[in-house]
Amino acid sequence: MTIVNKDGLNNKKKIPLFKRNMSINIGLLLVVIMLIPAIFPQFISTHSYTEVSFEDMLQPPSSKHLFGTDNYGRDIFSRVVWSTRIDLTIGVLATIVPFIVGSLLGLIAGYYGKWVDDILMRILDIFMALPFMVIVIAIVAILGPGIRNLYIAIWIVGWKYYTRLVRSEVLIIKNSEFIQAAKILGYSNSRILLRHILPNVLSSSIVFAASDVVMCMLTGASLSFLGLGVQPPIPEWGSIISGGRAFISSAWWITFFPGIALIFLGTGFSLIGDGLSDILRTKGR
Amino acid sequence: MNEILEVKNLETNFFGKNEVVKAVREVSFNIYEGETFGLIGESGCGKSVTCRSILRLIRYPGKISGGSIIYKGINLLELSEKEMIGYRGNEIGMIFQEPMTALNPVLTIREQIYEALRDKKLTKSDKEEKAIEFLKIVGIPSGKERLSEYPHQFSGGMRQRAMIAAVLVSKPKLLLADEPTTSLDVTIQDQILKLINRLKREFSMSVLLVTHDLGVVAEMCDRVAVMYAGKIMETAGILALFSEPRHPYTVGLKNSIPYIGSQNEKLHPIEGSPPDLSNPPKGCPFEPRCIYKEKICEEILPELREIKPGHFSRCHFVEKLENEKGIIKL
Amino acid sequence: MSMLNYAFKRIIQIIPILIIVSVLIFFMIRLIPGDPVTIRLGPKATPEMVRILTIKEGLDKPIPVQYIIFIKNLLRFDMGNSIVYHIPILVLLKKRIVVTLFLTLFTLIFSVVISFPLGYLAGIKENKIQDQIIRTGALVALSAPQFWVGLILMILFAVSIHIFPVGGWGDTWLQHLRAIILPAFTQSLMTAALLARNLRNGVVDILKMDYVDFAKSKGLDDKVIKNRHIIRNAMIPYVTLIAMRAAYMLGGSIIIETVFALPGVGALMIESIYGRDYTVIQGVVLIFALVVMTINILTDLTYAYLDPRVRFE
Repeated sequence: MTIVNKDGLNNKKKIPLFKRNMSINIGLLLVVIMLIPAIFPQFISTHSYTEVSFEDMLQPPSSKHLFGTDNYGRDIFSRVVWSTRIDLTIGVLATIVPFIVGSLLGLIAGYYGKWVDDILMRILDIFMALPFMVIVIAIVAILGPGIRNLYIAIWIVGWKYYTRLVRSEVLIIKNSEFIQAAKILGYSNSRILLRHILPNVLSSSIVFAASDVVMCMLTGASLSFLGLGVQPPIPEWGSIISGGRAFISSAWWITFFPGIALIFLGTGFSLIGDGLSDILRTKGR
Repeated sequence: MNEILEVKNLETNFFGKNEVVKAVREVSFNIYEGETFGLIGESGCGKSVTCRSILRLIRYPGKISGGSIIYKGINLLELSEKEMIGYRGNEIGMIFQEPMTALNPVLTIREQIYEALRDKKLTKSDKEEKAIEFLKIVGIPSGKERLSEYPHQFSGGMRQRAMIAAVLVSKPKLLLADEPTTSLDVTIQDQILKLINRLKREFSMSVLLVTHDLGVVAEMCDRVAVMYAGKIMETAGILALFSEPRHPYTVGLKNSIPYIGSQNEKLHPIEGSPPDLSNPPKGCPFEPRCIYKEKICEEILPELREIKPGHFSRCHFVEKLENEKGIIKL
Repeated sequence: MSMLNYAFKRIIQIIPILIIVSVLIFFMIRLIPGDPVTIRLGPKATPEMVRILTIKEGLDKPIPVQYIIFIKNLLRFDMGNSIVYHIPILVLLKKRIVVTLFLTLFTLIFSVVISFPLGYLAGIKENKIQDQIIRTGALVALSAPQFWVGLILMILFAVSIHIFPVGGWGDTWLQHLRAIILPAFTQSLMTAALLARNLRNGVVDILKMDYVDFAKSKGLDDKVIKNRHIIRNAMIPYVTLIAMRAAYMLGGSIIIETVFALPGVGALMIESIYGRDYTVIQGVVLIFALVVMTINILTDLTYAYLDPRVRFE
C-alpha cells in the first residue's frame, strides 16, 4: 500500500536510523554509561578495590562508602566499578569467537551441503545432548578454574547457535534467483559466499549475538560465583556476590549492588538486540 | 431492483509508526440483489481492504474511520460487535484469496465447516450430514473421508472448494469473493468461477467479486467499479465499461491487455506507478500517468459524476475519451 | 505415519549420539591431569595400594578394553562408587534426582503460570502500553543473574520475613514444598520471560493470519476464535520452547541448588568438582545427557502432535 512514486510526486521522508528506534537508543546509552567505569575505573572509584580496613568492616551504604563495605572493610562501590571491565570483556569476548567461527561453519555447511553438512549436523546433535551450563562447568572442572579456561569452555559450546542460525538462512537464500544469477555469471564459490550470501544471512546472528553477550556475562558471573571462574584478586561481580553470601542477613548491600550492575549492563545489551531485531526486520520489507 | 448493500464514503486507514496510510478514501458504490458486482483494480488500490471493511474485519493497525455500510437498510458500522457477529456468516460471507492461509492448518476440514454451523439445535450427525452434502455441492465427493483431513492434504483447487463449502453452509445472502481465483492455475480458475456462478443461482445470492483480472470481470460481473489509489474511478455496467470506457485508467487497463488478432508486437503498459497512500495527492491520483492530463488535474480532485444513466466517472475531461474504442463494439 | 512410528524413528536416531556422548564422557575423565587412581586414593596412597587399585579397576588394560568394561558396567546400572561418599553412584543419584526433578517441575509450572497470561495479553495488545510494559519486564528479567535473584528473594522472604526457609530441603513433604517455592520461582523468571516473549510474538503473527479473519467472517465470537484458532496455533512454538528450556533448566539447577542448598543432582555436580570425585562427575553428566535426550524426543513428539503438517512426511 505504501508505494513510492517513481515520478517523485511525493517526498518520502527519510528518517535517520538512530531516531527510528527507542530501544536501541536506550540500550546504547546504558552500555556507553557502563563503558566509563570499564575504561576509566580509576577516575570513578572512590577507594582502592583491594584496600582492607578493619575499622570499616560491614558498613552499610553511606556518603563515605556509597555501596557500603564488605567483611574485610573493602569499599563495595570501588570493587563494583573495577569489576565492570572484566565482566564486560567476558561478555564480549566470549561471544565474538563463537560468532565468527559458528557463522562461518554455518555458511559452509549450508552452502556446500551434502556430507559437510551431515557431519556438522551430527556434531551439533551431540552438543545438543547436554545443557549449556553442564558442559561449560564440566570443561572448567577438567581444565581447572580461571578466566582462560572459562573462555575456552564457552567457546567450545557457544558456536552451535550461530551455526544453526546461519545455516538455515543460507539454505533459504541458496536457491534464490540472484544467487543462481551469480553462478551463471561464473563467479567463484568463495566470491559468491563472501560478497553475496554472507551479508544477507547474518541478521539473525547479529541479533542473537546481542543477547549472547548477556548470556556469556551471566555465565561468567555464575561460574565466578561458584569459584570456578575469575579468581581473586581480580574483582568480578559474581565473586563479590558470592562473598556476600555468608553475610546475607547482616550485610545485604554486598550482594545487592553487583547484581544491579549486571542487570544494568545486561539490559543495555538486550535493548540493543531488541532494537536491532526490529530494524533488521523492517529493512526486509 | 432492490439494493442489498450500499457503501457510502467509506474511509479505512492504517496507522503506522510515523505515517497514516489511507487505503480506502471515501469509496461509494451499491450492489443490487441478485447481481454480481465487480471491484477491479491493481495491487494496493484498496479493493481488498474495502471488501474486508464491509465485514468489519479490519484489525490494528487498521481502522474504519468514516462512512457507512448499509446492508438491507442497517448501517453495519453502527452495530455493536455482538450484533455484527449476527450478520457475519449467515447474512454476509467471504471467501479469501489464498485458501492455504485462510484455512487453519492445525484444524481438520470437519472442524472448520462445523464451526460455521452455529445452530445449537443441530446434532453431530446432523452437522456431518450437512458438511458432506455441501462438500458434494462444491464438487468434492467422498466427503466423509475428506472431513477428517487437514488443509495441506488437499490440492489448491480442492482447498478453495472446501473453503467455499465452509462459507456456504451458513447460506449467506451476500457473498464477498476476494480474488477467489488469483492463486489458482487457469484451468482450475475456470472451474471455480463456474462453481461460484452456479452456487449464486442455486442459493439466490448477490456477489461482490474483487479482482485485478479484466477477463474474470468480463465473465462474471453484471456491473463493475474500477478502483485506483483508494478511490473509485469509474462505475458502469459491464457492457458499457467494455464498449465505452470513460476513464483514462480504465482505457489504459484495456489497452494493456494483449488480444488475439492484434497486429502489434509490443505491449502497452501504463507508465509510472501508483502514488504513496501515506501522502495522497490533493488532485486526481492518476494524473501523473494520464495522457489526457491538464493543469487542473493536479490541483483539484474530480468528483465521481454520473455521465450517463448508471455510468459514473471521476475525470475532469471525460469528453476527451469519446473517441476511445472499447474492447467490444455494440 | 502414526505417532508411534515417528517416536520409534526418533529413538533409533538417538542411539549413535548416545554412543558418541558416552565415549566423550569416558575420555573426559581421563583428561584430568594426574593419575586417576592416585587422585582417588588421595595423598596417603602407597605404591602398593596404587598398584592393587589399578588392577582392580582395570586401569592397566588398553583404553578400548576399559571403555568396553565401562559400557558393560553401565548396562548393568553399575557406575562405580563415589570416592567421597563410598556408596554406589546409582544410589546417590537416585536420591538426588528426586530433588532436581521436583525443582524442575515446579519451575516449569511457575514459568507457564506467569508467562501464559502475560504473553497472550502482550500479543493481543500489540504495541500498546501493556505490551511495552511486559516486554520491558521480560527483558530486564533476562539480564538478571539467577543466583543473585535467588539471594535477593532469600533476603526478602526468608531472612527478613520468615515465610520460606533459608535454603535446605526439609524432612517432610510439606517442608519440601515450602523449600522448593523460592528456588523454583527464581529459576522460572528467566524461562517465563522467554516464554512470554515467544507467546507474544506468536500471537502477534497469528493475529495477522488470514485464518483468523476467515474464522471471524464466519461469525465466530472472540472467545471461540481465541481458544480454537489463536491459542491452538500459538501453542506450537510455545510448547516447543518449554521443552527446549526444560533441558536448559537442568543446567541451571546447578546454580539454584547451590544457592538454596538443595540436595539435588546439580549441587552434587559442584560438590564433586570441589571434592574431586570424578566418578560421580562422570555419572552426573551421563544422567544429564540421558534426560536431555529423552526431553528432546518428547519435544519432537509433542511438536508432531500439535502440528499435523509435520506428521505426514
